[in-house]
Order: sequence, then C-alpha cells, then structure tokens
Amino acid sequence: MNDFAGFTTKQAHGSNRSMPIYLDYQATTPTDPRVVEAMLPFFTEVFGNPHSRNHRFGWDAEEAVEKARAQIAQIIGANEKEIIFTSGATESNNLAIKGVARFHKDQKRHIVTCVTEHKCVLDSCRHLELEGFRITYLPVQKNGLIDLDQLRDSISDETALVSIMAVNNEIGVIQPLAEIGGICRERKVYFHTDAAQAVGKIPLDVQAMHIDLMSISGHKIYGPKGIGALYVRRRPRVRLEALISGGGQERGMRSGTLPTPLCVGLGEACRIAGAEMGAEAERLRALQTRFLDKITAELPEVYVNGDLEHRIPGNLNLSFAYVEGEGLMMGIKDLAVSSGSACTSASLEPSYVLRALGVEEELAHTSLRIGLGRFTTEAEVDHAVERIVGEVRRLRAMSPLWEMAQEGIDLKSIKWAEH
Amino acid sequence: MAYSNKVVDHYENPRNVGAFDKGDAGVGTGLVGAPACGDVMKLQIKVSPEGIIEDAKFKTFGCGSAIASSSLVTEWVKGKSLDEAQTIRNTDIAEHLALPPVKIHCSVLAEDAIKAAITDYRRKTADTAVEPTEAPESGHVA
Repeated sequence: MNDFAGFTTKQAHGSNRSMPIYLDYQATTPTDPRVVEAMLPFFTEVFGNPHSRNHRFGWDAEEAVEKARAQIAQIIGANEKEIIFTSGATESNNLAIKGVARFHKDQKRHIVTCVTEHKCVLDSCRHLELEGFRITYLPVQKNGLIDLDQLRDSISDETALVSIMAVNNEIGVIQPLAEIGGICRERKVYFHTDAAQAVGKIPLDVQAMHIDLMSISGHKIYGPKGIGALYVRRRPRVRLEALISGGGQERGMRSGTLPTPLCVGLGEACRIAGAEMGAEAERLRALQTRFLDKITAELPEVYVNGDLEHRIPGNLNLSFAYVEGEGLMMGIKDLAVSSGSACTSASLEPSYVLRALGVEEELAHTSLRIGLGRFTTEAEVDHAVERIVGEVRRLRAMSPLWEMAQEGIDLKSIKWAEH
Repeated sequence: MAYSNKVVDHYENPRNVGAFDKGDAGVGTGLVGAPACGDVMKLQIKVSPEGIIEDAKFKTFGCGSAIASSSLVTEWVKGKSLDEAQTIRNTDIAEHLALPPVKIHCSVLAEDAIKAAITDYRRKTADTAVEPTEAPESGHVA
C-alpha cells in the first residue's frame, strides 16, 4: 500500500506532466509559426544592419524592415513613415507620454489619463508629476469605461496630452476611441492610446478615430517578444522628445539599431491579424459565449467584471463569489489563467482595475481572468469549464462565506477583524 | 507560486471539513479573518466535559496555504486539552507546511482561529456553569 501511495504521489508531482491549457492570452501569446517562419532568414542570411547604406547586406535588411513598417501601418490606417519601432508597448507608452510632455513642457503641463491604465502608463505619469506636471486620473464607470463628459471637463488650455488605453488588459473592455479622439481634436489636444491589447483584435483607424499616438506590442498579437511600435502622427505633426540618445534612427525619436528579425516578425503578425481578424473575432466570440453560458448554467453567483458588450471576444473576467481566486487557481493547475486576487502578487492588494470599477474587495479576491486566443479550441473551453465548475463547487462546500450566505446571513452585517 | 507537498496534500485532501452545531454547549467556534482581505477561517472544536478537544472541523475561504493551515490545525488540536491547544504557535504551522514568507499570515490566522474557538467555548461554559471550569489564564503565561 505504501509503495503504491509513494508511486502515485511521484506521478502526480513529477516533472513529466503534460502542459496546462493556455488561457492567458492577455498576458502574452505564442508566436504564430508563420511569423517564426518569416523571421528565420533574418537571423543568419539577411543579417545586415538595416542602417548600413553601403552594401547589399544593409539594403536587404532595410527593405525587410520597411516592408514590416508598412504592414504595421496598414493595420491601423497609418502611413509607414509614422511608425517608430520600439522594444515593446512599455517603451512606446513611455516615449509617447514622457516624450510629448517634455517637448511641450514650456507651454503645457497637464496630462489626462485614467485609473485603469497599464502600470507603465501610470508609472510614466507619476514620473512626470515629479517633474512638475499635473495629471488627471479619470475614474471609470462600473462597466470599466470612462465618462466622456468627465473627459471633456478635465481638458484645459494647459492640457498637452490625453492618454486612454484602447482595450484594458484585465477586463478587455474597449474604450470609445472615436469619441475620445473627436473630443481631443476639437480641443486641440494630442490623443495617445495604448493599443497593446487592441491591435489585431478590433478594427482601428487612426484617421477616423483621430488618434495621434498609438502604442503597439508584438507579443500580444502572436508576434515575437521584445518588439513594439509607436505610431506618431505626421499631419498635423506630433513633436516629442526622445528618451534614448544615439545615432538618431527612427527619425530621431528612437536611436538604436533595428532588430531586423523582430521587426519582420511584428510586420508579419500584423499582416496575419489584418487578414484574419474578422473570422478570428467571430470564432472567439462563439467560444467566449460558450464559456460564459456553460459556467453560468452550472454555477450561481458568478459575476462578469467589466462591460460584456464593449469587450474584445478573447477576454472574460469572472468573480466566483465566496471562492478565493488563488485558492481556485491552485485547484485548476491544468489551466493557465490569471487572478485578480491579492495573493497572486506579493502586494496583498486585490486588482486595482477591479477596485476602480467599484468591485468590492471581497469579490475582487474571487476573480479569474480567462484569455482566449488564436489557438484555443472548443474542446479546451469545455474542459476548462468542467474543471472550474467542479473546483468552485468543492471550494464553496468548504467556504465559511458560502455557508453563511446559504444560511441567509448578510456578510456585511458581520464585524470582520481586518488583518 | 510553488507550494510544498504538504500544502498540496492538505489542499487536495483537506481533513475535517465541515461544521458542528454552533448552539451545542460543547462546541467552540472561532471565525477569523475578513473577506476583504481574502482570508476567512472558521474553526470549531468539540470539547468533552473533561476539557479535551474530541473533534474539530473547519471551513476556509482563502488561498491554498490558508486552507492547508486550517486543515492542519484541526488535526493538531484533536486529543489536546484546551491549554495544550492554546500553545500551538503560528511558527510551528508555517514550519510544518514550509510556508513562504508571503504566506506566513495564513499560519497566523490559523493560530488566531484556535484561540478564538477556545475563547468562544470558555465564554459559553462560563455563562452556563456556576463554578469556574478552567484554571486561570495566569497558569501559562510564557
């Protein structure tokens, strides 16, 4: 018996378990094999420095980089001359916000952003506060979207830039970009949007939406990690101060030799996304609906965080009341998801995004983010639902809060000792 | 986060999940933590007239370490006198389960849950019994 038990334990915790089902597409995406294929020649064959003007190696690399630039421009309705390569959306956001603010600091010292922005936007703004800029952090409504009247009221003659993300990374909600762009254009304020989670997922058009700067990420759209882009409008021209000093590449806005294979990868990822976005969105919408319908048919007291209508189809953020998120994740180790619970970070604070929606702390602790993507199958969705339903039931059966709720006790009536 | 095998074992096979009747005179109930903090433990002990913990049950809302900590203490308190159970320290729990530093609060909560259950039982018996049933607290000041 003991041998048996020992054997079973070893099996269960051995290293040769099969990989979990990947449901974390907002964290990152696998590089599409077609992208990898397109990149490969640029490591060993076409390895030249795209900035070398004197020989074939340089010219071929430059041609590849410029083709990629055009592919990126195309998916957002821009001109290729308006695309600046960066190391990723974090750098793009830093460059857009700090770059524009610092360039115009003598005339304008106010920036408008929103509380649910990605940390790299919020942290860039914090830095600018230290440099003497005034920042308005717009709240969001219960559905995760900003209030356009509040945006209008926040803009003054002092405002240099409005930075509002296109799609939120935790709850997948889509901000009203065209309306925001319209307001900014009317008030002659630059509009920057962090579109890391939006490019290739929803149609974007920098002209129609009056977007002046847009951050793009490679690895969120089945491209490689370590590459991104910033769209910088040329007419009317957006001026910004570079963050990196050097050889003046990328029209002086971002010095450094371009990583040709990564640029090619980002270009190819945009080409594929542009060609397949419609069909992919439809397929993911069906999977999202299937997921949610099955979960809510099986489990009571499951809440969707963020607007369901104005949302990318690849995201669900659900609160499973009375079951703590990290505890739940431990029970579904064969699913790679992420949680808004405190315990997944060292901070002990639940997700600031969910808190900003007005989700109560106790519900924020019970949330899971489920990210569906290009390689998610219906069978994976069905398996994930089955596992989540089973584990939520098991954990609710051992949850004192569930027990109290069933007894009709109002949890808010209890004086909890916060620790 | 990587959990120790002991945490995983208690999480997957929690011991003594359940509830006793709160109104039962021999039952002490401790409810500690707060939903807003992501951890709530309910620990119940069933105490014999001789002051020995005969049985224990728990329910926990929390992460794997919180569930494991409460499951473990239900095992530890069984068969102990109230005074013995009172001496269980969070450091013993954390050490036994190999909890990482960010999870120490789970073991603290489990210790608090034992103490709360004992206090509840003592208050109940003090209310119903005429004569004091327990030695004064000063008997085990460390």
